[in-house]
Amino acid sequence: MLSVLKAIWAVLLHMFRPRVTVQYPEERPHIPPRWRGRIILSRDPDGEERCVACYLCAVACPVDCIALQATEDGHGRRYPEFFRINFSRCIFCGFCEEACPTYAIQLTTDFEMGEYVRQNLVYEKEHLLISGTGKYPGYNFYRVAGLSVKGKDKGQAENEEPPVDLKSLLPGRMESEQ
Amino acid sequence: MSEALRSIIIILSVIGGVMTIAAGLIWVERRLLALWQDRYGPNRVGAFGLLQVLADMIKVLTKEDWIPPFADKSVFFLTPAIIAITTLLTFAVIPFTSTILVADLNIGVLFFLAMSSLGVYSVTLAGWASASKYSLLGGLRAAAQMISYEVFMGLSLMGAVMLAGSFDLRVIVEAQRGLWYVVPQFAGFVIFFIAGVAETHRLPFDLPEAESELVAGYHSEYSGMKFGMFFVGEYIGITLISALITVLFFGGWLGPVLPPVVWFLIKTFFFIGFFILLRAALPRPRYDQLMALGWKVLLPVSLLNLAVTGGIMLAGR
Repeated sequence: MLSVLKAIWAVLLHMFRPRVTVQYPEERPHIPPRWRGRIILSRDPDGEERCVACYLCAVACPVDCIALQATEDGHGRRYPEFFRINFSRCIFCGFCEEACPTYAIQLTTDFEMGEYVRQNLVYEKEHLLISGTGKYPGYNFYRVAGLSVKGKDKGQAENEEPPVDLKSLLPGRMESEQ
Repeated sequence: MSEALRSIIIILSVIGGVMTIAAGLIWVERRLLALWQDRYGPNRVGAFGLLQVLADMIKVLTKEDWIPPFADKSVFFLTPAIIAITTLLTFAVIPFTSTILVADLNIGVLFFLAMSSLGVYSVTLAGWASASKYSLLGGLRAAAQMISYEVFMGLSLMGAVMLAGSFDLRVIVEAQRGLWYVVPQFAGFVIFFIAGVAETHRLPFDLPEAESELVAGYHSEYSGMKFGMFFVGEYIGITLISALITVLFFGGWLGPVLPPVVWFLIKTFFFIGFFILLRAALPRPRYDQLMALGWKVLLPVSLLNLAVTGGIMLAGR
């Protein structure tokens, strides 16, 4: 009986506690920088697309929401002809970001993606591609991996650094560290 | 002529006032529960979320009003009206002030008890007419709970009736001019309050609904405004029990400075708030615990209260 009264009193005292609700549209919640939100495609420091259309993100995607088609430019460099993410299927697991060998695909802190028309949730490359480098400012995939062109193998050109040895235990050098 | 007009105005304003309070309680309850759970509750629709009431009403009125094909249709149709009507009718005998009351019935207390007994039919028959197992279980529980708690609900009031020497609610209030009956009849007040919570099947005694066990209990099969009527009936019930506690134990409209109606409303709303606080604070007892509490504790205590009150009154004569 006494415990019942104590329970009522304890609940009544909650009247004077601060409320925990974050009044969302007016008051912004704290979003941690590693938040898995809207997916973007980034560019390398030279302004070129980082994506090499390797399909690893599409393979890693558990809900098959990524579709792309690889093609090559005049120098034999691969890039996606189209790159499509269906955000009405995407579960924001971040596997695509983990799978990406070139840091091209990245998840951002934006989560306000509501649409009235479901079709608008299908993002094409022009919607996904940003002008900056995203989370990895100095990184350029071809500087690390090298690129073989006709008559020259990776790291063979004048003043070209040898490519990073992937089998080595030492960490690969990034552009920003050099 | 003016006498008749006055009666009509009082009747209409009582019905309007009670229905408004019952509808407004949707918002009051949600805001108060939120306050005690460190949340805000509905605060977006209109000022302080007050228009939430309107939004809820539009919603419930435009919902599909579905009668299951296996239900006993006429009874299914009738039961939501019964609870709303019986609780609303009882307000006819509630004296808001010495002059504002619909019917100055000299058996007001008995009228209330009769109407609350009729209210049991609503819940029980709703469970029966739905022809679904969860509804039936809810209806069964409702029948057992409300009938057992009605026994000492009546007994707990008799102390106040004996002290005032009348079943007339207005006379009972007038008799409290010196001392509110909550002091000499504290046991009666506590028992009446607990029985009132059980009678309106509010939490923690919402076993007929018990959403964690019985879907929604007796009104599982109800939708649209038929469900809305049960809801309104429940809120009118809360208002009714709070108003009766005010009248029987807390001196009704009596109070200094402020006008009588204001005193009545303040006291009533205090108990409505307490009803909601109970909901926020207490978990639902098991069915057998509820029955044991009723028959083994509250009934003997209310009988004892009655005997002691009678003994003291006889000794003081």
